Amino acid sequence: MEQPKISRRFFVSISAMAGAFAFIPASVKSAYISAKNLFIPQKRALPLSVSINKKLYKLQQDTRTTLLDLLREELQLTGSKKGCDHGQCGACTVHVDGERVLSCLTLAAMVQGKEVTTIEGLANGDELHPMQKAFVECDGFQCGYCTPGQIMSAVACVKEGHTGSVEEIKEFMSGNLCRCGAYNGIVKSIQQVAQ
Amino acid sequence: MKPFDLLRPSSIAKAISAKQSQVQFLAGGTNLVDLMKKHIATPDALLDVTPILSSQITGSTETLLIGAAVKNSSAAMDKLVLSSYPLIAKAILAGASPQIRNMASTAGNLLQRTRCPYFYDTTLPCNKRNPGEGCGMREGESRMGAIIGHSEHCVAVHPSDLCIALAALDAEVLYTIAGEKKPMVIPFKDFHRLPGDAPEKDNNLPQNALITGVRIPKNPFSKNYAYVKLRDRDSYAFALVSVAAALHLQGDRIVEARLASGGVAHKPWRWYQAENFLKGKIPSAEVFAEAAALAADETNPLVGNAFKKLMLKGAIEVALQNCLTA
Ligand SMILES: Cc1cc2nc3c(=O)[nH]c(=O)nc-3n(C[C@H](O)[C@H](O)[C@H](O)COP(=O)(O)OP(=O)(O)OC[C@H]3O[C@@H](n4cnc5c(N)ncnc54)[C@H](O)[C@@H]3O)c2cc1C
Ligand code: FES
Ligand code: FES
Repeated sequence: MEQPKISRRFFVSISAMAGAFAFIPASVKSAYISAKNLFIPQKRALPLSVSINKKLYKLQQDTRTTLLDLLREELQLTGSKKGCDHGQCGACTVHVDGERVLSCLTLAAMVQGKEVTTIEGLANGDELHPMQKAFVECDGFQCGYCTPGQIMSAVACVKEGHTGSVEEIKEFMSGNLCRCGAYNGIVKSIQQVAQ
Repeated sequence: MKPFDLLRPSSIAKAISAKQSQVQFLAGGTNLVDLMKKHIATPDALLDVTPILSSQITGSTETLLIGAAVKNSSAAMDKLVLSSYPLIAKAILAGASPQIRNMASTAGNLLQRTRCPYFYDTTLPCNKRNPGEGCGMREGESRMGAIIGHSEHCVAVHPSDLCIALAALDAEVLYTIAGEKKPMVIPFKDFHRLPGDAPEKDNNLPQNALITGVRIPKNPFSKNYAYVKLRDRDSYAFALVSVAAALHLQGDRIVEARLASGGVAHKPWRWYQAENFLKGKIPSAEVFAEAAALAADETNPLVGNAFKKLMLKGAIEVALQNCLTA
């Protein structure tokens, strides 16, 4: 096959376009920029300082950023999952000041000065958290997508003391959906840790 | 989301002076952030009011006062709530999920918007979202709709569980507004409104007012109470029909009864006829069935939700029975 070559005609037309752009009057350019600003609204930034998994971050964030997007898109902490982005599945569950919350409905600005713990912050070095171990031992997952949220929720469920019966565990884990249906293993993991 | 400014007013006075129609208060965000993602709420700025509002629950001999910023889960665990106003805890725990209850505030719960699928789906017509557009549910898929108090303009239902208990217990909403020094009060029964010809208005809270708390008068209902919620799955779903019931028993008679429902109307609905009927009666399955029938007969279901009438009747009977074993 012949290698595609940049033709002379292509080069000439590109240079002509670049040249023409230089001659567009400044007034037209500024009209273009203000029209763009009108239709594509500017983002508004906010300084933010937050501790995530015991590390202090000082950030400058668009006010629209959710805690989930901050973790996943900005800080590469992709353990927390985006299942629905509307509070309906629990895959994004993290702890804020020790309590389980949904990071998809939490604006990053709302965790100013707070302590966030994600699934990445649960293990102690190479030593898994007891709940992580229990999930491995009790088949607490299949595809694993809901698992970080399930584990964060399960740790809180034990801490809150809602492990009195299978029914109680199910009720207090109802905010975490699992499309694979690993529920029996999840309940077993929680019972194992609660003992 | 549309870009917005996030402001952190340092006092209640500063918060209410910064409030305008395109500026919204932000509490737990569980409803507002969701609606902003869907471009159903499009504020220019948010005022984060959590740090300046009370997150305390205080009781006197006469009343219980729940601060506006008290989280739903804290209210459901509070000792005073559990001992003297347990219906409130019961209703809260029937709603949402542990994560959401940890985020949701008392004031935000009162002001959460309907979960009518026509309101949430921006490709469908909805008078509540876009006044004048027409009500899609009325002649459409009306399974989730109201069975009482609806209008030709809107058949959406009120989604909260907490509010059903507050309605049953004759709570009051406290608020402040620019230019008023004293805290203002709205009785709970007048707080939410029926859709009429202005379904875009969910309640009678004056524009730009800031809720500071909810007050519940001392009551004799801490022993015999129940909250029954029927829904498409056992947990983490909004009510098709819910019933808060409370009885004050003396000897073998009912001195006073309270019955309120969610999932049936645009506001938490009180069944006053059934309550009056129960007064002075000796509790029995027959009496409860008669009271339930009185309530069910008041309803006027839509094409697609006649089942809710039967469901309501059953739910009231069960709730009243459960009051005896609570
Ligand atoms: C998946 C899911 C399931 C749910 N299931 C249930 C359920 O079964 N039962 C139930 O009852 N609820 C349920 N909820 C709703 C939840 O309880 C509400 O979203 C929550 O109570 C709202 O409180 P918030 O503090 O997060 O309010 P926000 O979202 O912060 O605010 C809600 C509204 O209140 C206004 N506001 C907030 N505070 C004040 C104030 N002090 N003064 C004036 N205005 C104020 C805001 O401007 C906004 O308009 C569910 C929510 C989700 C996402
Ligand atoms: S991604 Fe947050 S609840 Fe589904
Ligand atoms: S393990 Fe697959 S979704 Fe839960």
